[in-house]
Amino acid sequence: MVSPNGTGERADRPLLEVIRVRKAFSGLMALVDVSLQVWPGQIKGLIGPNGAGKTTLFNLIAGLLRPTAGDIRFQGRSIVGLPPYRIVALGIARTFQNVRLFPGMTVLEHVLVGAHRIGRSGLLGAIFQTPRMRAEEARLRERAWALLERVGLAEWADRPAESLPLGLQRVLEVARALASSPRLLLLDEPGAGLNPSEKARLAALIQEVRRAGVTVLLVEHDMGLVMGLADEIAVLDYGVLIAEGPPEAIRRDPRVIAAYLGADEVADAA
Amino acid sequence: MGRVWRCWDGIGLAVGVLLVVLVGGLEAAHPLGLSLPRLTGGLLTLDLLIRAGIFTVVLVGLNLLMGYAGQVSLGQAAFYGMGAFCSAILTVRARALGIPSALSEAWWWPWAVMAVGAVGVGLLAYGIGRPVLRLRGHYLAMATLGLGIAVYILLRENLGLSHLNLTGGFDGIQGIPRLRLGGLVLWPAWRYFLLVWTFAFGAILMGRNVVRSRVGRALRAIHGSEMAAESVGVEAPHYKALIFALSAGLAALGGSLYAHFQTTVIPATFGFGPSLELVVMSAVGGMASIWGAPFGALAVLLVQEILRTRLHLLIPNAQGEFEAIAFGLILVLIMLFLPEGLTVGGLRWLRRRRLLFPGRI
Amino acid sequence: MSGLGLFRVVGRASAPAPVEGVEARARREEAIGRWGMGVAAAGIALVLILLGRRHGFGPTTYIQFALDGLRAGSIYALVALGFVLIYRVTGVINFAQGAFVMLGPMITATLYERPWLSPPPLRLAASAAAAVALTALLGVAVERLALYPARRASPLTRVIITVGVYLILQGAALLLWGPYAKVLPAFSTMALADRSFRIAGLLVKGQSLWIWGTTAATLAALALFFGRTTLGKAMRACAVNRLAAQLMGIPVDRMSTLAFGMAAALGAIGGIVLGPVTRATYDMGLDLGLKGFVAAVMGGLVRFPGAALGGLLLGVLENLWAGVTLAGFKDLFAFIVLILVLLARPTGFAGAAEEERA
Repeated sequence: MVSPNGTGERADRPLLEVIRVRKAFSGLMALVDVSLQVWPGQIKGLIGPNGAGKTTLFNLIAGLLRPTAGDIRFQGRSIVGLPPYRIVALGIARTFQNVRLFPGMTVLEHVLVGAHRIGRSGLLGAIFQTPRMRAEEARLRERAWALLERVGLAEWADRPAESLPLGLQRVLEVARALASSPRLLLLDEPGAGLNPSEKARLAALIQEVRRAGVTVLLVEHDMGLVMGLADEIAVLDYGVLIAEGPPEAIRRDPRVIAAYLGADEVADAA
Repeated sequence: MGRVWRCWDGIGLAVGVLLVVLVGGLEAAHPLGLSLPRLTGGLLTLDLLIRAGIFTVVLVGLNLLMGYAGQVSLGQAAFYGMGAFCSAILTVRARALGIPSALSEAWWWPWAVMAVGAVGVGLLAYGIGRPVLRLRGHYLAMATLGLGIAVYILLRENLGLSHLNLTGGFDGIQGIPRLRLGGLVLWPAWRYFLLVWTFAFGAILMGRNVVRSRVGRALRAIHGSEMAAESVGVEAPHYKALIFALSAGLAALGGSLYAHFQTTVIPATFGFGPSLELVVMSAVGGMASIWGAPFGALAVLLVQEILRTRLHLLIPNAQGEFEAIAFGLILVLIMLFLPEGLTVGGLRWLRRRRLLFPGRI
Repeated sequence: MSGLGLFRVVGRASAPAPVEGVEARARREEAIGRWGMGVAAAGIALVLILLGRRHGFGPTTYIQFALDGLRAGSIYALVALGFVLIYRVTGVINFAQGAFVMLGPMITATLYERPWLSPPPLRLAASAAAAVALTALLGVAVERLALYPARRASPLTRVIITVGVYLILQGAALLLWGPYAKVLPAFSTMALADRSFRIAGLLVKGQSLWIWGTTAATLAALALFFGRTTLGKAMRACAVNRLAAQLMGIPVDRMSTLAFGMAAALGAIGGIVLGPVTRATYDMGLDLGLKGFVAAVMGGLVRFPGAALGGLLLGVLENLWAGVTLAGFKDLFAFIVLILVLLARPTGFAGAAEEERA
């Protein structure tokens, strides 16, 4: 099958497969038998009205929630039931819709924590300051600096992360996620609360990330951002996948228009 | 933290070592008939400074656990007691336990016991920590408290094996030998003082190294948000148990040092009250700083000493327990007005007043 | 809400919210609590019977143990209710709860010792009432002075503050009354010696009846308060959802203060009726406070009936345990149960997932 990532490249199997996943919260169905694939090298968009189940699906993939039924496979391997840190170790990194930075830690330290899975040294290495630990630390710091240069945060490196403006905090979250050298990057509404210039900068960063060979799954509310970035878009409404395809097709899809238009009528009536 | 802080660590260590050497020399030689109590109006004694050093070792662990990893322990005295009783039992009751005297009489035997005790208690704590540290906030506080009391009761009740009389019940164990280095007995007190503060500075250095390592970053991330830390790849359950184990090992080490200092151990020293005392010291010094450990220990011991020596002037039949009120008051006031403790909170205050270096803390 | 552009959706936001309600979570926690309690109870019963056979205990002995245990259990229940009340309304585990239990009998005995009212029974009743009122006032003062200023601090900070409050109160008691025990007369005889009844081979002390009666009356009064009065309903609203209660115009801060006052009164009542059975000393609060907490945890920490039941069960089981093992191990029991019950819950109360979705 031809991978719909816009490059015409062939891939024999999807990187991430969500297979008939269902999630119920005390009887309420948040997701109903959702299936979708993310192909290597793609930027895949996931959109839908508020409460459609986007973030729920996201948390299922990242291991914060467990599906009621169905399977989630990464590189052919089921990741259901794994704790979040094991999923990171397999090569899936994420950002958060409401930025989750660590209070009191600097920008550089955030990237270093993000690189946690790259390191090996443990408690004894730290206590006795072994040469191996020092060498690893130096290597990690070098990597972290390089990453900060690339995303344009180098000048902020020693600042406490909470002192950054929101736009840069989101960039930092992306940098922290990239520090673990993921194969798949999950972005949860990265554009929320950003002004247009910050958004443009973020879009450029996401493009660059993809060029570096990282696959991206992008949950986004801002249609403009998704339409411009994604190779393929999936649409959720009331927990059901109602459409999937390239942006132009999605824009014209009557079910998608109905889902959003219906909502708009409600909004106008209110 | 910034570079400024790093060099302050070095300065702190240098000043600390210098002070300890000066005090040790003073007490060893008594030049011109001077002594520490005479110079400080009877307030500072070697005894107090030795106990402060021992508590520093314990508190470095507790600060790593509570201040950096954000996990509460209201039962830390249990591990302190385990270390103390481990040393006491394996030195005093060595013959009854069938340990050949060639081993138990050797000068290195108590040191070996100390090391094995600290490592053993650390491993035990890791095992306990994996399930118990799943609890958060109040629940963790209460579980560790229950653990502490359970250990205290076991020590008091001879571990339930009264026929062996291992812990000596209420009366504990007397006649614990002094430590020796080859032929050199680490006593009089000034020698032990130097030893204890060597351990204390070792612990501080170690704590500093841990904080600034990959492990330390993982711990601080867990403190910030466990969920976010796990989502960036930190195995939170492992690291929480690991730091719990380290703090327990340090507490056990402190306990061993205490046993060889006091030469007598009783279970009451390791009950609920002492666990709280450790938390008070940690809070007073500042949980989220390694340097809070020596300052917290010294400050609290000094307050206790002042209460003990001066309080009866105010209240005629006052007893040692009267400290409780002052203790509680200090705790509440510090938590309300200086929740970061004396070191971090104090430095910040000084900086705000522009009394100290203008750099970052 | 900027940047939603063409696809601004308002109506959907509140439709099928995939967020677990507080109600549902509380219900699940309660279920887990009950499950943990059941497993623990079964295991303990087995151990008790096995150990008891060594002593050759018959059924009557067991029933006698259980009956005596019910006495301490009633007190645990009252203390546990105080814990739950404060926890639900303010989110604080109040370590100082034990101090209130100690203050009840200490103040009562101090007042009773002075001949300020001639018929002793009347004097005792008046002293007890005054002690409960004073302790309740103290509870209010504690909340206002120590916890209200720290209402935005972390749970750890607030736990440590209540620990400090406990130390202050216990120290103050030592300062006022010294290390000596205060003795209250048994309520039915007004003397140190109590009357006891023998029913079907079982020995029941007069004071036990007073304890059970008082506990039952207090529970009934609480049920009426929460079920029938506006104030009680407002308080329950705070316990269910603080924010919503605030939005409904309920003065949440005042409810917190009231919760502390009520919890202190509950503790004092428990301490007073227990007074004639165990001598009251300045340091009796720690033990009773901790066991009250264990009882509250056994009941799930959020439900009032659960807490009361947990208290009674803990009292009974603990006394059975003390009967078949060494006397010195009596106190060990509660803490083993505490750790077991806590561990029986998979992730404590707030799992990682809830944190993110909220």
